[in-house]
Amino acid sequence: MNLSMTHVRRAGAVSVLAAVALLAAACGSSTSTPATTGGGGAGLGVPPTQSMPVLSSIGKGEGHLNLVAWEGYAQPEWVKPFEQATGCQVSAKYAGSSSEMVQLMTTPGNQYDLVSASGDADLRLIYGGAVRPININLMPNWKNFLSFLKSPDFNTVNGHHYGISYEFGPNVLLYSKKAFPSGPPTSWSVIYSSKYKGEVTVPDNPIQIADAALYLESTTPSLGITDPYELTTPQFDAAVNLLKAEHVLIAKYWDLASQEISLFSSGTTVVGAAWPYQTNTLVAEKVAVGDTIPTQGATGWADTWMLAKNAPDPNCAYKWMQWVTTPQIQAEEADYFGETPANHLACPIMNKIQAGSCSAYHENAPLSYFKTIKFWKTPLATCDNGKDDCVPFSQWVSAWTQITG
Amino acid sequence: MTTTGTERPAPAGPPAAPPAPAGRGIARISAALWRRAWLRATLTLSPPLAWFLVIYFASLVLMLVTAFWTVNSFTNELEHSWTLANFRQILTGTYLTIIGRTVAIAAIVTVTDAVVAFPFAYFMARVASPRTRNLLFLAVLLPLWLSYLARVFAWIAILEKNGALSWAVSHLGLGAPVLAYSNTAMWIVFCYIWLPFMIVPVYGALERIPDSLIEASMDLGGRSWRTFRQVILPLALPGVAAGSIFTFALTLGDYITPILIGGASSNFIGNAIYDNVGLANNLPFAASLAVVPIVIMSVYLLGARALGAFDAL
Repeated sequence: MNLSMTHVRRAGAVSVLAAVALLAAACGSSTSTPATTGGGGAGLGVPPTQSMPVLSSIGKGEGHLNLVAWEGYAQPEWVKPFEQATGCQVSAKYAGSSSEMVQLMTTPGNQYDLVSASGDADLRLIYGGAVRPININLMPNWKNFLSFLKSPDFNTVNGHHYGISYEFGPNVLLYSKKAFPSGPPTSWSVIYSSKYKGEVTVPDNPIQIADAALYLESTTPSLGITDPYELTTPQFDAAVNLLKAEHVLIAKYWDLASQEISLFSSGTTVVGAAWPYQTNTLVAEKVAVGDTIPTQGATGWADTWMLAKNAPDPNCAYKWMQWVTTPQIQAEEADYFGETPANHLACPIMNKIQAGSCSAYHENAPLSYFKTIKFWKTPLATCDNGKDDCVPFSQWVSAWTQITG
Repeated sequence: MTTTGTERPAPAGPPAAPPAPAGRGIARISAALWRRAWLRATLTLSPPLAWFLVIYFASLVLMLVTAFWTVNSFTNELEHSWTLANFRQILTGTYLTIIGRTVAIAAIVTVTDAVVAFPFAYFMARVASPRTRNLLFLAVLLPLWLSYLARVFAWIAILEKNGALSWAVSHLGLGAPVLAYSNTAMWIVFCYIWLPFMIVPVYGALERIPDSLIEASMDLGGRSWRTFRQVILPLALPGVAAGSIFTFALTLGDYITPILIGGASSNFIGNAIYDNVGLANNLPFAASLAVVPIVIMSVYLLGARALGAFDAL
């Protein structure tokens, strides 16, 4: 066969032009009207799925279950017994961030049943119509939950439960005992102080702005911050400026828990914001650290298993929610991941798995401890003060890029 | 009719298609293809071109088209309203800093790798015995068999506080330098990881220089430095350009090394894209950021082609 270069070029050019024309026609002509602009205007209104009927009783399992979960939330230790007991074969799609979870649940055509969303994703899922209410009376362990996790406002709207609380953890102040010989620091000021320049670390996450706002709530009352996730522009700017000033003190912003662990075990950092998981891992490695919640309080995260609006396997989904809220599974998860169960009956089992873990994770702490934790929730433009002048999350992200950039 | 011997025979038409044993249908298709060269070209190119266009090009275009759209940050849905707002935001302070930092470090890594790789490749190509050359090749390529992450973690262990480097230097009494979690550390790690990609093309270019050219240069009175500068270096330049494509492009697009060993001000373009896709779910803005390295690399490749890199690859 004799293909001259002109023929090849001509054929190639024709094909490319045809493809580009097809693509332009496909994308360019779609002028669909913008999606419901939630988060602005006169309030969020009623969640779109609020009036959907809830299951009255759990029927026979459908044979399969599709989860969207954090890594470590669907371990074989408790998935396999569940599959054997209920016949629901579990497949889990692991997500690395709340935004990824929201994206997975809102993409049309995806057939997930449950998502283990953190507080900063919950309201986006609820008001986006991606999840539906559940019947809390079908959850026998719910009555044993810690009181503040029974109907928290990040997963319960207008009295409707859009899922069941799972486990939670605070963002604590991790400190090296060598740098703080006289005992744990009592204020978050240590991570904003030039005394520890080059030895501080905080998470590389825009929600950290809320931690700065929480600090300013106590130290600069004139700003009038009452909720670190609902910040007006002057409050937001003050928090951002505090973090920009903190930038020169930071050795590194940690993206993974393992990074913070190696920062502290190598001695690169002596103080920073962390999860109890890092503290416990470092203590197990015989590194002299401790953690505390200073007087200004702390932010935290709490996960909820939420039911998808068009879940193809609702019976299996309810069975899973029942299963993972039993004391045994709550304790196993807490031990594996390093977090605190919602079900306080998990306490003795936790101590059996690892002695002293119940108090190490503050499971049996008094209610006053939990009240010092401000759980993550999605920063929205609508504030509880009735006005709509709070800063939405997309601006948190771009501000964070400026802080760390 | 009389014919003279000088008359040229009539030119033959296209040779008749061989009779197809399976019938007239195939014979007609075969004849049609024989006559229309453009049709043969199209059919031959269609499968690979279709793969390239549909799977690679189309998906890239679909993503880049979103750079002109916006996303409703609350309900997570793309709004197909054409706007240049994303690009305007890239041209503001923070993102220009990030882009500048990425390009600068990529350039410094490229220059460093070229300087380090050249003597190494020269030794391998022109000085070493065949056995030594094979051993050196093995030494250069063996790290590529290890995981990228494993190598970066090894460098963290070397460069961090109380790591191997500060231990060794402190025993020499010269203080305890801590290089980890800084742009310097990133530079070191990038130079190390991409070095094999620079050594191999430079080796290929140097190996191809015939000895006769060097001898001729010496015969004409050129001493070793002049021969190097005016004969060897120009001939090796395409190899350096080819290697620089790898080091520059790979550094430009990297986001893992900044996460692992970068400091507090080490964000690359890739990190900004990663944050906007994962954390913010702002696909349009991430797509607009993705356009930047595409444009930079297009310009770079044009320059590298002018230097002959594509002949040397």
